[in-house]
Amino acid sequence: MSMGEKRTVYMDHSATTYVRKEVLDAMVPYFTEHFGNPSSIYHIARDSKKAIDMARAQVAKALGAEPDEIYFTSGGSESDNWAIKGVASANLKKGSHIITSKIEHHAVIHTCEYLEKNGFEVTYLPVDKYGLVDPADLEKAITDKTVLISIMYANNEIGTIEPITELGAIARKHKVYFHTDAVQAIGNVQIDVKAQNIDLLSLSSHKFYGPKGTGVLYIRKGTKIDNLVHGGGQERRRRAGTENIAGIVGCGKAIELVTSDIEGHNKRIRALRDRLLAGIVAKIPNTHLNGHPGKRLPGNINISFEFIEGESMLLWLDDEGICASTGSACTSGSLEPSHVLLATGLPVEISHGSLRLTLGDVNTDADVDFVLEVLPKVVARLREMSPLYKGGKNGGCNVQ
Amino acid sequence: MYSDKVMDHFKNPRNVGEIENASGVGEVGNPVCGDIMNIYLKIENNVITDAKFKTFGCGAAIASSSMATELVRGKTLEEAWEVSNKAVAEALEGLPPVKMHCSVLAEEGIHKAINDYRKKQGLEPWEEKNPHPHEHEGATCDH
Repeated sequence: MSMGEKRTVYMDHSATTYVRKEVLDAMVPYFTEHFGNPSSIYHIARDSKKAIDMARAQVAKALGAEPDEIYFTSGGSESDNWAIKGVASANLKKGSHIITSKIEHHAVIHTCEYLEKNGFEVTYLPVDKYGLVDPADLEKAITDKTVLISIMYANNEIGTIEPITELGAIARKHKVYFHTDAVQAIGNVQIDVKAQNIDLLSLSSHKFYGPKGTGVLYIRKGTKIDNLVHGGGQERRRRAGTENIAGIVGCGKAIELVTSDIEGHNKRIRALRDRLLAGIVAKIPNTHLNGHPGKRLPGNINISFEFIEGESMLLWLDDEGICASTGSACTSGSLEPSHVLLATGLPVEISHGSLRLTLGDVNTDADVDFVLEVLPKVVARLREMSPLYKGGKNGGCNVQ
Repeated sequence: MYSDKVMDHFKNPRNVGEIENASGVGEVGNPVCGDIMNIYLKIENNVITDAKFKTFGCGAAIASSSMATELVRGKTLEEAWEVSNKAVAEALEGLPPVKMHCSVLAEEGIHKAINDYRKKQGLEPWEEKNPHPHEHEGATCDH
């Protein structure tokens, strides 16, 4: 450790991102000058209304949707809750069966579990060792009682990108609503809700350099869905509550920026990520890459280090200024490791030793070099004190 | 999340390693649950003259192993047997509730190592107090 100022290397962009300067600049006037309630009729309120309309158009353009199919929410969790509970309760006449996957975000999984407690039947599709849902499994699971299919676009932990176009086509063929949580995907893949037969799509602005507390639910015109938040007539009577104008403006600006050059962004981030991953694998033995080697988000690395536990790795990395995350049980508040890693068939003990590094716009070649310098030392140090590590003196112990 | 004391014992763990021809060894935990502790004791004239550990686990598990080995050094076996998980946690200036099982594991590791020694000496092992060290705060590792 140097004696000077500690550097911070942020590699947890899938957890959240900073707000881009251009986004913040666009937002600021809506806290101060243009603070009017968009529901009021005087002129300063009209400014707010106009700003929301513009943001709605920006989001619509990024998704290939119509502006009046875009609804602003408080974030990804609310959007997922609304899509699932709203479609479930509005389509009871048809049935009460929902299909999702075993690797969804908790906002989807726990919402489905809640519905199960209330009489719904939920099918949790398995994934292969890379975390991919098999479209054939989806087709087999559909019954005449199925009202909703909810499969995430890209996984937040292992970065695997699901075959959304194929899944959407199957949903359309069977006339079942198709929701996708695209919180991690936006800005990394080209999304076209019309061409991909997506009926509902969730976004969260703080994952793409926008502010926290603002999300989006795209609802295709004609979709039968109940309200989640009841109250005033905002969002064309579908989502009550005075609009978070600055947040919505920031969300619009952020999505415009993040979808303006997806190819260029991916090329840069992927080059950094690939160099980091190659370096880790070259310098550290006994690793296991989690997720798909090719079909994964450009900034995502999820790798397990055998014989050590994730939280102790994070503590050491944090001590060196590196911000990362893990699928270990020890950081989850329960004693179970990541449901995503377990669903891919990764042994529990190796799941405990997973590290997620998610690169983003702030990362540089120097950051990659720094992690490649620090991480092997951290892993070696923890392995030295691990009774499971047989590379050390006296071998390991007789644990099963 | 962790006290300064925990972070100190995590970052500068005392007594890491194994003791060759240890008088008693205690192996506790399970890799599936995410923590394993091996405690090695050197015992001379009923006194623990050296204690070392190897641990696979989170920050609290490593700090608990370090503190437990510190606490039992120089103690008679009877005194060391009375070092409770609470004593380990208190010496660490507290552990988060969800991490208390790490201190339980340390207590159990010491007990196992002492009984391993007693068995080797042809003595009756002492009765252990914590038959279910993984149960805590309603969470259980069932693996």
